[in-house]
Amino acid sequence: MPAVEVKDLDKNYGSFKGVKGISFEVEDREVFGLIGPNGAGKTTTLRVIATLLEISGGSVNVFGHDLAKEPHEVRKILSYLPEDAGAYKNLTGRDYLRFIANFFASGQAAKDIVARGIEIAALGNRIDDKVNTYSKGMTRRLLVGRALMTNPRLAILDELTSGLDVVNAQEIRKIVKDIARNGTTVLLSSHNMLEVEYMCDRIALINDGVIVEMGTPAGLKKKYDACNIEDVFMRVIT
Amino acid sequence: MKALTNIIRKEIKEMLTKSTILPIIVLAILFGYLGNMMSGVQEEATSESIIGVVDLDDGVLSDITMDVLSRGAKIVYNGTDIDEGLAVAKQEGATALLVIPSNFTENISNETAGTIQIFWIMKGAGLLDSISSISVQNLISSVELGISAYMIETGSSSDPSLVLDPTTTTDTTLFKDKEMDGISPSTLDAIISSQSLTVPLIIMMIIMMAGGTVISSMGMEKESKTLETLLTLPVKRSSIVTGKLVASAIIGLLMAGIYMLGFNYYMTSFSAGVDIDLAEYGLALNTLDYVLIGVSLFVSLLAALSLCMVLGTFTRDYKSAQTLTGPVAILAMIPMFITMFKDYNTLPLAAQVLLFAIPFTHPMMAMRSLMFDDYILVISGIVYVTIFAVVMIAIAVWIFRTDRLLTGSRKRDISKSPIMRLLKR
Repeated sequence: MPAVEVKDLDKNYGSFKGVKGISFEVEDREVFGLIGPNGAGKTTTLRVIATLLEISGGSVNVFGHDLAKEPHEVRKILSYLPEDAGAYKNLTGRDYLRFIANFFASGQAAKDIVARGIEIAALGNRIDDKVNTYSKGMTRRLLVGRALMTNPRLAILDELTSGLDVVNAQEIRKIVKDIARNGTTVLLSSHNMLEVEYMCDRIALINDGVIVEMGTPAGLKKKYDACNIEDVFMRVIT
Repeated sequence: MKALTNIIRKEIKEMLTKSTILPIIVLAILFGYLGNMMSGVQEEATSESIIGVVDLDDGVLSDITMDVLSRGAKIVYNGTDIDEGLAVAKQEGATALLVIPSNFTENISNETAGTIQIFWIMKGAGLLDSISSISVQNLISSVELGISAYMIETGSSSDPSLVLDPTTTTDTTLFKDKEMDGISPSTLDAIISSQSLTVPLIIMMIIMMAGGTVISSMGMEKESKTLETLLTLPVKRSSIVTGKLVASAIIGLLMAGIYMLGFNYYMTSFSAGVDIDLAEYGLALNTLDYVLIGVSLFVSLLAALSLCMVLGTFTRDYKSAQTLTGPVAILAMIPMFITMFKDYNTLPLAAQVLLFAIPFTHPMMAMRSLMFDDYILVISGIVYVTIFAVVMIAIAVWIFRTDRLLTGSRKRDISKSPIMRLLKR
């Protein structure tokens, strides 16, 4: 059973078609990347799978749960990190993680989740400062900690390293790779082709709401005789 | 200079929006309505009083009294039967029925003040509803002057205080099936005015503060981009809505409570002179009344919060949330001003319908209505507001279950509407 099964997915915003009948599957424990230009439909696809947007056509199954019929069951096993997400500014980093953990567990189990979030966020003593005192990079680290601390079966990460400097970005990529090795399926989107090439087992190129190519980074590079995914991308869309 | 005008133009465009203009227009209309009401009251106060008179005395002083009354008022009943007089006076819209007792002249002749019994027919319990009683009180003063003049002319009394003050009055106020002995409309008004002013203000403050909290909470969720995360957590949409409503209600009540503590202290300085036992006049509230007031306030707060929750779903950020509190503030201010000054029952039908439809009106007038046993108005208000709140909560939960919260309202493709399709054919 695939972790995520997307069949003929349509998402319309009124008369505008954001996603036009795309289909793909993500295998269990796989890191799958969606790449494409701005407005191609990457975030829309991720938001649909994250149960935020209603499906206009087609179907999505997450670990056997039909998204349209069982969104609450899907929410129990996924974690979504939006591109421009924020945290509650009047809470401390620790309180924010505790607030989220309490939706997934209670007692010692919740404390363990928070401890894991603090470890991933790696904010040191600043974890007890209010979020409104954090820099953009610190907030992103906190949010990555939040997204991964529950050991979700499916992690949906939109522009994972958005706002992070090179050092922080590399650390976060490593953490996500480790998590995938330990059993979490990762579905991510990125503008950063190098990041995608480094992290993903397979990728799908999306343009104007349609998947135009799909495969392993190595396979695609070979197919298009390109030296990197950026070249592949340019050749596919032009 | 060009840069300056550029900045001014941009600032005006930013600040002068529909949501800033609309509340001002509504307030202007509201004040216009209140102004009309005031001028109507002024006319009422200066116009000829309508009274009924029961003259049981055949003496010269009752003749003088009748003469003064007939010159200063329109007398719709002049007879000797109190019950009949009251019935006619009520039917003719009179302010009062004056009863001159059989011993009126005799008492004054025997150096005792003559008593005029006044049955006040009170139409409403708003601040402006008792204005007409002032003109009747002025009429009584004229009667006293007339009798004093007669006494001085004839030298019929050697007691200067009696000459100056030859009559006394006993008051009985009739209002909504209640007969309150020993109290005039102005005294009754003084008793009720403290709650007439305070209760609507408290309700308005609670609604504005709690409602503002809900709308701001939604605005902040959207501005901080925390809403998307919240909506992907394993929590029921109804729990999110309920959580926000309850938290806002607690904060709103707390804020309004602190605010009103100060305001109440301010108000008590005005009503320090009025110390009357309401139970003596059958105006005290019982346990059921307090329960009904509590229920009315609770459902109204719930209605306000759920309405604000629905409005909050339309916010884009904290700033737009602030402007969305405007319509709620207007809805709270309209009944506050009107119920302060006028009794619901003395309003024109259109105003009654408007006030009834605004869910915040009901707790504002519940206490006054229950003082006069108007249970039908209070209970029907509670039922209406409950239905309103349930519908609003259902709408809020529905919005949370759809993706409208994130995508906003969907623009319809007009070209695909049935009408356009027909036109194309």
